[in-house]
Amino acid sequence: MVEKDKDTDSSKAKIKVKADSREIVVPGETIVSGEQYLPGEGVYRDGEDIVAARFGLADVSDKLIKIIPLSGVYIPRRGNVVIGTVTDIIGKGWLLDIGATDNAFLNVAEVPRYINQNEMPEHFNFGDSVVGKIFSIGGRGIDIFVKNRGHGRLDDGLLIKINPNKVPRVIGKEGSMVNVIKDATGCNITVGQNGVVWIKGESIDDEVKTKKIIKFICDNSAINGLTEKVEDFVKTMDKGK
Amino acid sequence: MSAATKSKYTKRSDGRKMDELRETEAKVGIIPTADGSAMFRTGGTIAIAAVRGPRILHPQHMQNPRTGILRVNYGMMPFSVSDRIRPGPSRRAQEVSKVIEWALSEIIDLSEFKSNVVDLFIQIPQADAGTRVAGINAAAMALAHAGIPMKEMASAVAIGKLDKTLVVDVDKSEEDYKDGEGSTDIPMCFLSRSGKISLLQLDGKISPEELKQAVEMGRKACEEILKIQIKALKEVGK
Repeated sequence: MVEKDKDTDSSKAKIKVKADSREIVVPGETIVSGEQYLPGEGVYRDGEDIVAARFGLADVSDKLIKIIPLSGVYIPRRGNVVIGTVTDIIGKGWLLDIGATDNAFLNVAEVPRYINQNEMPEHFNFGDSVVGKIFSIGGRGIDIFVKNRGHGRLDDGLLIKINPNKVPRVIGKEGSMVNVIKDATGCNITVGQNGVVWIKGESIDDEVKTKKIIKFICDNSAINGLTEKVEDFVKTMDKGK
Repeated sequence: MSAATKSKYTKRSDGRKMDELRETEAKVGIIPTADGSAMFRTGGTIAIAAVRGPRILHPQHMQNPRTGILRVNYGMMPFSVSDRIRPGPSRRAQEVSKVIEWALSEIIDLSEFKSNVVDLFIQIPQADAGTRVAGINAAAMALAHAGIPMKEMASAVAIGKLDKTLVVDVDKSEEDYKDGEGSTDIPMCFLSRSGKISLLQLDGKISPEELKQAVEMGRKACEEILKIQIKALKEVGK
C-alpha cells in the first residue's frame, strides 16, 4: 500500500509558478499551494493546492489565482458588445448567431423604434449582420439590445473573424490599439467581443490595410510592447507602397 | 503459473527494452479550423484529434439540459493498414469511440455548457497497434487546447503479455505473437492528478498477479507520456 501511495504522488505534476509572472499551465497542474490563495476563474482547490482546470496563462499577481484563456470558443458575458448574424425570425424577435454556445435573442422591444411584426424582415433580415450589446444571460439564453449609438444593422464595410481570446489585444488598454489603427488608416472599427470585427473605411484599400494590421496583432499577441511593434509595422507597410 | 518455465519471448523485435516506449512525438494546434487539435505519434502509429465546440447539440432530442455531452468519433483511414479499411463507421470503430468517450468523460467538466455538445474527432492515418491509446493521448491534448474545463490530463498506453513476458507499448508484430501462451493486449488510461484508471481493456489470457504488475508498468509509462503531452501543450502557448 505504501508503494502505491508513492506512485500516486509522483504522477502529479509538480511545477510551481513564481509570483508576479505569467506561465502556461495545463489542466491538473498545481499552480501554487497554500491556504492564503483563493481560487478564481479556471482553477479549483484540491487540499492545499490551487490546481489549473483549463489550459491557459496562470495569473498569480494577486492572492486570487485565475487563468487567462489562450484558446477556445467565445464565452458570453453581460455587457459585451457583439456582432451577430440573423439566423431566424420568430414571433417577437430575431435569433442571432454570435459564435457562442447558444443563440442570442433580440426582442422587437429592444430596438429603439416601434416595429410592426409584419415588417420585421425589413429591419433585420436573414443573414444581416447586427451590432448589439448583451444585457442578460439567463436560463433561457442570451438577450441582446441594439439601443446604443453604433448599434444596429451593418450595411457595408468589411467583416473579419478573429480568435475571441485575442480581442483584448486588438482593443488595447482603454482602446489604445484601436486608436493606433484608426489613426493609421482612417477606418471606423467596431470590435465585437465574440471575435467579429467590422471595418468601414473610405476605400477598399484602407479596409484591407486595416485587416492586415489586425491580423498582425493576432499573430504577435504574445510580444511585450505590442503597440510600438504595430506602429513600426504600419510604417513599413506605408513604405512598401 | 510456474516460475520454473521460462518465457520464450526474451528479445523484442525492434531492440527495445521490455519497459521502453516507442519513439514518441506530440504536436498541438495542427488544424487551424478546429477549436483545438493535436497529433500523437508512437512508432508507426499516428493519431490526430480535433475538437469542435462546445456548440448547440443537434438532433435536439439528444440534448441534456443538465450538462453538456462529449461525442467521440473515432475512425481509421482506408490506407492506415496494409489491407484497405472500408471507410465509414464499423462495429469496431463504434466500440472504440464509446470506450474513448467513457475514458475522457472522467476528466472534463461540461456542467456550464448545458444542452451543448463537444465533438471530438479522432482519425488514424497510420496504424501499427495501440491506436485507441494513441487516440486518447491526442484527444486529451486537443481538449485542453480547445479550452474545455478539465480537472486533469489523461495518458494511455497498451501493455502486452507475450508468452510470459510483460512489455510496454506493443506494436503490430508483437500483437500477432503466437508462441507459448500467445499475446495479450491490455490498453489502459491513467489520469494525471488522481492517478485513477479510466480505461482498462483486456484481450487474451493473464493471471491476476500479472495484471497488477502490468498496471504498475502502465502507470510508469504514462508518466513519461504525460511529460511529452505537457511539453507539447506549453510549446503552442508561447
